[in-house]
Amino acid sequence: MYGLGILGGMLITLKNMFRTPFTIQYPEQEIPRASRFRGEEFSWYEERCTGCASCAKFCPLGIIKIVTTPGGINMQEGESYSVDTFDIDIGRCMFCGLCVEACPYDALFMGSGFERSKYRRSSLVIPIEELKSSEKRPSTWFRPQLEAKEYNPQKDQDLSWDEVGR
Amino acid sequence: MGPITEANSYYSSLYKFFLDLEVGGVDIIPEWLAYFLAGFLVIFSIVNAVVIITTVATWAERRLIGRFHNRLGPNRWGPFGLFTPIADAVKLLGKEDTRPEGVDSWIFNMAPIVFIVPTILVFAVIPIGENTYIANLNIGLLFIVAVTTVGTLGMFMGGWASGNRFSLFGAMRAVASLISYEVPMVLSIVGVVLLSGSLSMVEVVEAQTIPFIFLQPLGFFIFFAAASAEMNRSPFDVVEAESEIIAGYHTEYSGMKWGTFQLAEFIAPFGVSAILVTMFLKGWEGPVLPSHLWFFLKVCFFWFIMLWIRATLPRLRIDQIMAFAWKILFPLSVLNLFVTALELLIWKDPTVSELWMMAGINWTIAIVCLVVISRAGRSRISTRPMLFARSEISYNQSGEVN
Amino acid sequence: MPIRTEPVTVNIGPQHPSTHGVFRLRVTFDGEVIQDLEPVFGYLHRGSEKLAEERTYTQVVTLTDRLDYVASMSNNLAYVLSVEKLAGVQPPERAMYIRVIAAELQRIASHLVATGFLLQDLGALGTPLMYCFRERERILDMFEMLCGARVTFSYMRIGGVFQDAPPEFWVSLSKFLVDMPHYIDDYEGLLAGNEILLTRTKDVGVLHQSTAIDASITGPVLRGTGLEWDLRKHDPYEIYDRVAFNIPLGTVSDNYDRFMLRILEMRESLNIIQQCVQQIPEGPIRTEGVPYLVRPPVGDAYGHVEGPKGELGFYIVSDGGIAPYRLKIRSPSLINLTAMKDMLVGGKLSDMIVTLGSIDINMGEVDR
Repeated sequence: MYGLGILGGMLITLKNMFRTPFTIQYPEQEIPRASRFRGEEFSWYEERCTGCASCAKFCPLGIIKIVTTPGGINMQEGESYSVDTFDIDIGRCMFCGLCVEACPYDALFMGSGFERSKYRRSSLVIPIEELKSSEKRPSTWFRPQLEAKEYNPQKDQDLSWDEVGR
Repeated sequence: MGPITEANSYYSSLYKFFLDLEVGGVDIIPEWLAYFLAGFLVIFSIVNAVVIITTVATWAERRLIGRFHNRLGPNRWGPFGLFTPIADAVKLLGKEDTRPEGVDSWIFNMAPIVFIVPTILVFAVIPIGENTYIANLNIGLLFIVAVTTVGTLGMFMGGWASGNRFSLFGAMRAVASLISYEVPMVLSIVGVVLLSGSLSMVEVVEAQTIPFIFLQPLGFFIFFAAASAEMNRSPFDVVEAESEIIAGYHTEYSGMKWGTFQLAEFIAPFGVSAILVTMFLKGWEGPVLPSHLWFFLKVCFFWFIMLWIRATLPRLRIDQIMAFAWKILFPLSVLNLFVTALELLIWKDPTVSELWMMAGINWTIAIVCLVVISRAGRSRISTRPMLFARSEISYNQSGEVN
Repeated sequence: MPIRTEPVTVNIGPQHPSTHGVFRLRVTFDGEVIQDLEPVFGYLHRGSEKLAEERTYTQVVTLTDRLDYVASMSNNLAYVLSVEKLAGVQPPERAMYIRVIAAELQRIASHLVATGFLLQDLGALGTPLMYCFRERERILDMFEMLCGARVTFSYMRIGGVFQDAPPEFWVSLSKFLVDMPHYIDDYEGLLAGNEILLTRTKDVGVLHQSTAIDASITGPVLRGTGLEWDLRKHDPYEIYDRVAFNIPLGTVSDNYDRFMLRILEMRESLNIIQQCVQQIPEGPIRTEGVPYLVRPPVGDAYGHVEGPKGELGFYIVSDGGIAPYRLKIRSPSLINLTAMKDMLVGGKLSDMIVTLGSIDINMGEVDR
C-alpha cells in the first residue's frame, strides 16, 4: 500500500548489492566438491578385478564392454579371467554408479573429476590402457571403508590396490 | 556569427580559432568554412561523447545488474572487463544480416535508423555545461517532445515490416502506450514552463532559483513515469517483454541492425535523465566542481535510479499500463497544472520565501494525492491473508504424541 | 455500430523462453483477449514406461529420477514405496527418517525453482530468480554430500536408503535450518507486498473448487481453492504421522494464492525437517535380506506421495520376474494441465504466461 511495498523491495535489492558475490572465477578458483561426488573418470584396480563382468550386467544402459579369456591368474583364489577389453563409454554414461554398487571385489570406483571434455564423440570411450594407467582418485561413493579412513579424493594421494578393499 | 551563437562559448571559441588560423600570414579559412567547421566539430564531439558514454554504460549496466543479482558481471576482457563493448561490437558486425522472406525491405531497413536518430537528436538543445550547448532554440522543450515521438514510429515500422505476429503484437503495444503517455508528459512539462516563463532549455536552467523538484513534486513523478513508459523501460517494458513475445519488434533483426536498436535503447535513459536534470534539478549548476562534471554526476544518478528500478520490479500488463496513464497520471497532471497556475496568479513574481511556501503547498497536495489513490485502489494492491489447516497432532519434548 | 474484428491463431511454440520446457500452445486471440486454448505436448516423450519393462527394479530407480528432473527425490520415493508395498518390505526407522528429510529438502528446492521462474516470467529481470537459485545451490550441495550427485540422485533403494548421511551433512543441515527463514523473509519482503505483483496476480487465473475436484487436480493448485487435501495427512506414508505441521490453504485460487502457498509450504517443510532431525534414531539404513535382484510376488500395487507439484503415483504390475511387467506413472503436471483452459479463457496474453508458471508444470513429467 502507498508504494511502500515497492520501496521495501528496492531496499532489499540494494542490500543484496553490497554482499560478496556468490559466483567464483572459474578456472582460477574451484568450488570444493564432496568426497562422494560421482565424477567422470573411473578408478579401476586390475589387481582386484576378476573379470566377472557384474558391472557390465548391471549397467542400465549397457555401455561397458568386457572381453575376457581364461588366464590362469590367481589360481589359489579361484582363477581370475584376464581382461582383454574393458571399454566404458563416457558419452552415454549417466554416472548412476550401479556398476560400482555391483562390483563384489571393490575393483571399480567412481572418479572425482569432471573436466574430461573432448573434441570428438569417439574419443569419449575410455579404453583399458587408460583405465590401467590413469591416476586413481577413487570417490567414496558406496565404499564405506574409504569413508572410515576419511579419504578425500580432492586432497589426498592415490590409493593402491590393497588399501581400498574391505 | 550572430548574437545567438556568440553566447555559446564552446562554439565561439572554435569559430575564432578557425578564423584566426594563418599559414604564412594569410587567412586560409574563409568565414563560411570556419562557421561550418566549428559547427561540425561541436556536433561531432557531442554525438561521439554520447555514443561512447553509452557503450561504456552498457558495460556498467551489466556489472551493476550483476551486483544486484549477487554475482560478478563481465570482467574478463581488459581491466575489469572494460573492453566488453568492443567485443560486443565486433561480434555484431560479424553476424549475418538476415532478412526473412515476406518482409517489406524498405521499411525493414529504415526502422533502426528512424529509431536511433531521435534519441541522439535530443542532445542538441540540452545545455551540458555553462554556456555549452549546440543550439539554444527558443522552443527547446517543444522540439524535444516532437522528436521523441518519432522514435516510436521507428518501433512500429520495425514491428510491422517483420511479418511476424509476435512483432506485430509488440508494435501495437508500443503505439498504444505512446499515445497514452504523451499527454501526461506534456502536461507536466507545461508546469515547468509556467514557472520558468520560457520553452528554451537554457533559460529553464537559469530560472531555477530553487530547483523545481521542490516546487513540482507531482510534475517530477509524472514526468519520470511517463518518460520511462515512453522509452519502454521497466516496469513498462511490455513492448519488448522477453518472456511473452520473445523480443517484440526486434525479433527478426540480427547483426548490427539489432545492435542499433539496442544502442538506441541504451541512449534513451541518458537522454531522459538529461532532460529531467535540466528541468527539475538546475542542470549544470553546482558549487565547487566544473559545470560539466556536475551535469554528468546528476545524469548518472538518475540513470542509476532507473537501473535500480529495472532490476527490481516486475512489469505491468498492457491494459494496466494504459489504465495507469489515463486514470492516474492524467488527472494528476491536470491537477498539478491547475495548482501551479493558481499559485502563479496569486504570487505573480515570487520571491524566494514565497517559492518555499509554494513548495510546501505542492508537497502536501502530492502526499494527499498518494494517500487518496492508494485507498481508492485498495482492493487491487492490498495483500490477502492465507488460511491454515492447523495440525491436531502435537508433540512434547521427549517425542511422544500428546 | 460494433467494429468487426478477426480472431488470430498464434502458436506459442515449443521453443519459447517461458513455457517451462518444450510445450506448445495454440491460442486464438481477439486482440489481446484469449478465446480458445489448446495445449500440444509430447515433445519430450522418451518412453519411460516402456523402458521400465526392460530393466530390473533397482535399475528403474535411475529412470524415475528423470521424470520430474527438478524433484528427483520425490520420484524415487514414490516408486520405492510402491515396490515395497508390492514386495512387502518394511524399511528400518532411520531410513524412513532420512527419506523424509530428503523429500522435504527436495520440496523446498522445487518450490524455489517454481517461485524464481514465476517472477522471471513476470518480468523482474532475473533478480528474484538469482536469489532463489542461490539458496537452491545450498540444498544441492547438501545432496551432493549425501549421494554424490546434484540433480538426478538415484538415492533410494528398495528396502531403505542407499548410503548413510556423512557427519558433515548434519552440520550443513543445521546451519541451513538456521539461515533459511531469513531468506524466506527476504523473498516475502521483496515480493509479497509489491504493488505491481499484486495487480498482476490477484484475480487472475481463477479456478473454482468444483472444477478442480472434477478434473482430479492435486497439489498446491487444489489447496489454493480452500480444500484441505494433502496426502501427508490423509494417507500418511513413512513417518508423516509423527511430525506436526500445518497445511496452508488459499481462498480464491488465483495466481497470488498459489504463489504465496508455495512460500508458506517452504516454511512448513523447514519445520518438518527440524522435527525429523530431533527424532531420528540410530540404526541400519537398509533392510537385511533384500536381494539385489528383487522378485516381488505376482500382483499389483499403487503407491503415491505428495510431491511438490501434486500427487505422484506409480502403479506396478508384477509377474514374479526381475523386471516390472507394467509401470504406469500418474504424473501431477499432466493432470493439472487440463484445467488451463478453464483458468484462462477471457484473460490476456500476459496472464497466460503467468498462469502457466503458477500451475508449475515440468515437461519431463508431462511427457514421461
